[in-house]
Amino acid sequence: MGLDVELIRKDFPILSREVHGVPLVYLDSANSAQKPQVVIDSEADLYANHYANVARAVHTLGSEVTHAYEGARDKVAAFLNAPRREEVIFTRNITEALNLLAYSLSNATTFPGADKFRLGPGDEIVVTEMEHHSNIVPWQQLAQRTGATFRWIPLTDDGRLVEEAIDEVINERTKVVSFVYQSNALGTINPVKRIIARAKAVGAVSIVDAAQAAPHIPLEVQDLGADFVAFTGHKLYGPSGVGVLWGRYDLLAELPPFLGGGEMIETVDMTRSTFAAPPHRFEAGTPMIAQAVALGTAVDYVTGLGIENIRDHEHEITGYALQALQTVPDLRIIGPVENVDRGATIAFALKGVHPHDVAQLLDENGIAVRAGHHCARPVCVRYGIPATTRASFGVYTTTDEIDALMRGVERVQKMFG
Amino acid sequence: MSDESVYQQIILDHYKHPQHRGLPEDFDAQVHHVNPTCGDEVTLRLRLNGDTVADLGWEGEGCSISQASTSVMSDLVVGKSIDDALALQAKFLDLMQSQGHAALSEHDEDELEDAVAFEGVSKYPARVKCALLGWMAMKSAVAEARLLTEGNSS
Repeated sequence: MGLDVELIRKDFPILSREVHGVPLVYLDSANSAQKPQVVIDSEADLYANHYANVARAVHTLGSEVTHAYEGARDKVAAFLNAPRREEVIFTRNITEALNLLAYSLSNATTFPGADKFRLGPGDEIVVTEMEHHSNIVPWQQLAQRTGATFRWIPLTDDGRLVEEAIDEVINERTKVVSFVYQSNALGTINPVKRIIARAKAVGAVSIVDAAQAAPHIPLEVQDLGADFVAFTGHKLYGPSGVGVLWGRYDLLAELPPFLGGGEMIETVDMTRSTFAAPPHRFEAGTPMIAQAVALGTAVDYVTGLGIENIRDHEHEITGYALQALQTVPDLRIIGPVENVDRGATIAFALKGVHPHDVAQLLDENGIAVRAGHHCARPVCVRYGIPATTRASFGVYTTTDEIDALMRGVERVQKMFG
Repeated sequence: MSDESVYQQIILDHYKHPQHRGLPEDFDAQVHHVNPTCGDEVTLRLRLNGDTVADLGWEGEGCSISQASTSVMSDLVVGKSIDDALALQAKFLDLMQSQGHAALSEHDEDELEDAVAFEGVSKYPARVKCALLGWMAMKSAVAEARLLTEGNSS
């Protein structure tokens, strides 16, 4: 079942604007996706008609807004096929979700009854070489704080994990395995179940960074079998400022809290406090109310189109773009060139032209791409390049836009040739 | 569209044919500057003769804006007095911070010569650092060389 992309594009007001006098060609959805009108309206409607603080006001507005906020949690839980709604925690973004886990694990060092989460010298934390900084730095810091060892699964020349290294790097000493589902820098889709199974076999906590996967791949946490899955709202056509951490309830119930404050407590004395049950245990203070509600609307929007349909459309666009880009002389694709186990993100390097020059020149033609190390500098180091140009696609991307990209690349090569 | 392109022909020419590229053996100061956003790098050596920038050479890699701007700067600064070189640096800094609203006098344009071509870059905050890289390196190198030569003379 194909999507009517022309019709879908009408849902996104920004797609009808011009940049430098030409129609916008937005190929930066992996960075942040554009917003459909329903999401924009949803946030505005909450402020215009229902706004108050959540969970504490007795008045009508307080009850309406709490209903809306908790309703968004239900929608996300359904989207993830989570066994319990209490397993869905709203965070600011995926970076905060991963830091929440890293700091909660760190707090286990002194938290009564959290022995099973404790890390120390001799324990190992594992990531992959293709992580973005959000899934590297918190774990490096956790290793530093606890004395644990930080390790990673290396990459092959064509942008995939070294399969044989998985069982070696994840071993009996491993306590945490945190890895990306779909790489933002390479487009690679990892063998998620294989890695989770290995983590389980050695008794390690498994964490899936699904920031890039959530907008493109059906994300069923029960099917995946991971302990934790995190994603961010703004890449899923939702607002910025809200992300999600899903975790198995039994783990969340024992995990020490990260931020302390209002709403995350059970009772507070001047000498000590006890903490609420999940999810509130991890949602200290007034949350991102309107953004969470609008994320619920984004989830409805995506579900309405059908995530499988979105995946199929993007797979087609990616195949079209891969084929076209491979015909360009002096262009090297950084990441898998085959349209197998790869998502709608293509990074490339043009010989003799710096990616920032490529991006700037493309922008003069109204084409928005990202240039840089994509907050995944180790990936660039691995492939011996300072940076890449990255085109990434969404539900609204058309083959015409890929054609525009190709004309843009040709112009860049002419100018620098 | 090409009229308002950041990539004026002068910039592309300097990028393809950089001036004063190469590190001279004889120098008073060497500096290394990087621009983390683009990963641009420049290593620059400079020699003073009294109050004059006697020689300057550089090696670098990175985007065309950073490399071309360093080339333009080198052409402008070699042979100038320290005061004139630093005044020109300040003028170029002003131009880069103008966010596309620079009102350059004819006199300014005469002084800045090829550096005027970077006016369009000032509209893009992300790229301003690229254009400034070589100029900032030159300023640091002058300060270091001065310390050294003044230290020797006292």
